[in-house]
Amino acid sequence: MRGVTDVVRIPGRVFLHFISYMGQIAFLVRDLMTAFSNRVWRIGLIAEQIVSIGYGSQAVVIVTGAFTGAVFTFQTYAKFKDFGVESSVGAIVSVALCRELGPVLAGLMVGGRVGASMAADIGTMKVTEQVDALRVMGVHPVDYLVLPRFIAMMISMPILVAESITFGLMASYAVAVFGYGVPHAWFVHHMVDHTNQWDIVIGMTKGFAFGIIITLVACHQGLRAENGAVGVGIGTTRAVVISSLVMLIANFFLSILLNYIWPLGNNV
Amino acid sequence: MIDRTGQPFIRIRGLHKKLGWQEVLRGIDLDIWRGETLCIIGPSGEGKTVTMKHVIGLMQPDFGTVEVDGIQVNGLRERELAPVRQRVSMLFQNAALFDRLTVEQNVAFPLREAGVTDKKEIKERVAAALDVVGLGQHGQKLPVNLSGGMRKRAGIARAIVTRAQCILYDEPTSSLDPVVSDVIDTVILRLQERHGITSLVVTHDMKSLFKIADRIAMLKNGLIHFLGTKEELRACPDKIVQDFINGRADVDF
Ligand SMILES: Nc1ncnc2c1ncn2[C@@H]1O[C@H](COP(=O)(O)OP(=O)(O)OP(=O)(O)O)[C@@H](O)[C@H]1O
Ligand SMILES: [Mg+2]
Repeated sequence: MRGVTDVVRIPGRVFLHFISYMGQIAFLVRDLMTAFSNRVWRIGLIAEQIVSIGYGSQAVVIVTGAFTGAVFTFQTYAKFKDFGVESSVGAIVSVALCRELGPVLAGLMVGGRVGASMAADIGTMKVTEQVDALRVMGVHPVDYLVLPRFIAMMISMPILVAESITFGLMASYAVAVFGYGVPHAWFVHHMVDHTNQWDIVIGMTKGFAFGIIITLVACHQGLRAENGAVGVGIGTTRAVVISSLVMLIANFFLSILLNYIWPLGNNV
Repeated sequence: MIDRTGQPFIRIRGLHKKLGWQEVLRGIDLDIWRGETLCIIGPSGEGKTVTMKHVIGLMQPDFGTVEVDGIQVNGLRERELAPVRQRVSMLFQNAALFDRLTVEQNVAFPLREAGVTDKKEIKERVAAALDVVGLGQHGQKLPVNLSGGMRKRAGIARAIVTRAQCILYDEPTSSLDPVVSDVIDTVILRLQERHGITSLVVTHDMKSLFKIADRIAMLKNGLIHFLGTKEELRACPDKIVQDFINGRADVDF
C-alpha cells in the first residue's frame, strides 16, 4: 500500500517544492524590480562587483573557451577531412562557439565561480545577522546586496561570453592553421562567410539570460540561508547545482526560441 | 524627562510568538514611555532578544500588536518599516558588524543611509562616537581583527551615531570589562538626559541594571513575571525574582 501512495506523494511533494521555489524567486524578482525603480545606484558596490565578477572571471572563461575551441577543432578536423571539407572547420567551430559553447561554458564556469561566492557571501551575512543589521538601518537587503551584483553581472556576462568566443576562435585557428596546415585564407573565409551578426547576438542574449539565472539563484540561496555555517555550505552547493541545471535547460529552450519562435536571422 | 502623558513610545500588547515547537512569548504587554530606559532581564533563552526583534520588525508576531511612536509595526512589509527604523536603532547581541567594512565604515554606514552626505560631518560624528566607546585608535581595523568586547563597543558606536529617538541595546555590557561597562552605562544615561532618548536594554549585568534602569521587566516562561522600578525590584518578595537578581541557584550536581 505504501508503495502505491508514494507514487502519488513523492511527485506531489516535488511539485509543491517546485511551486514554492518559483514563488520565492518571483518575490525576489519583484523586490529587485522595486530596487531598480528606486533608482539608487550604489556605484561603489557595483564597481566592486564588476571587478570581482567580471575581471576576476576572465582567466577562467578564457582558458575554458580556448581549450574548448582547440579540442573541438581537433576532433572536427579529423571527420571533416574524411569528407574533404577540412578547410571549413572554422565555420562550424565559429557557429558552435557563438551560439552554444561560448555562452554555455562561460555560464557554467561563472555560475561555479561567482554563483558560489555570491551565495556564500550573502549567506554568511544572513546567518551572522548582518542582513538583519542592514534591515534595521532601513536598507532593504535586495537593494544593497542583490541589485549591485545583478547590474555587475549584466555588464560582465556578455563581455565574458565574448572573450570566451574570441579565445575559442583563436585557439581553433591555431590548431587548424598552425597544427594541421589549413590555409589561413580558407579558414578565415569560411568562418566569416558562415558566421553572421545574429550568431553573436544569440550568444550575447544567452549570456544575459545566464547572468540573470546565476544572480537570482545564488542570491536567493544566500538570502534564505539559515542554521549557521552548515546552512551556508548547503546554500552554496545548491546555488551551483541549481544554476547549472537551470542554465542547461534554459539554453535548450532559448535555442528553440531564438531559432524558430522569435528567429534572429536566417538560421533555419 | 520621562513623558508619561499621551501615548507610550513603544506599546506591546498580547505578543505571542512560537518558534519551532517552542512558545517563546505567550502574551507580553509592555509600555515604554518616551525618554524612559526600560531594562529587560530574565533567564537565558527566555525570549528577550526575540521581544526586541519584534519592536523593530525583524520578527512578526503570531498574535498581538506592536506600536512604535503610534505606528503599528506588525503586519508592515519590509519597505513600509522604513519610518520605524528611522526612529529606532539597535545594538545586536553579537554586534553584527559588516565584516567587509572597517570599524569606521561600519559606524559611518547608518549615517550615510540616513542621508548625511557632508563628508566632514560624517567624519566628525564617527570619530566622536568611536571616542565615546574608546575605539578612537581602532577605526581602521576590520571587525575580524577586534576582540569580542571591542566588537561590542563598535556595535554600540554604530547604534548611537545616528541619534535615533529610541535605541534598543541587546546586552550592551556583556563581554566588557567593569570600567568600560561603566562607561557604556554612563553613555546610555547621558543620551537619555541630554537627548531624551528612549532605551530598551536587555541585560544580565545587575550593576548596570541598577545604574541605568527607570523600570525593569523580568521575562519568565514567555510572560512578564515582574514589572516595576528598581526599588520595587529590590523589595519584591517573589523568590524567583530574588534568586535571579542575587544570582542564586539550587544546583544538585
Ligand atoms: N530564529 C529562531 N528559530 C527558532 N528558535 C529561535 C529562533 N530565535 C530564537 N529562538 C528560540 O527562542 C528562545 C528565546 O531566544 P532569545 O534569543 O530571545 O533568548 P534570550 O532571552 O535573548 O537569551 P540570552 O539571554 O541567552 O540572549 C530560545 O529558546 C531560542 O532557541
Ligand atoms: Mg539574547
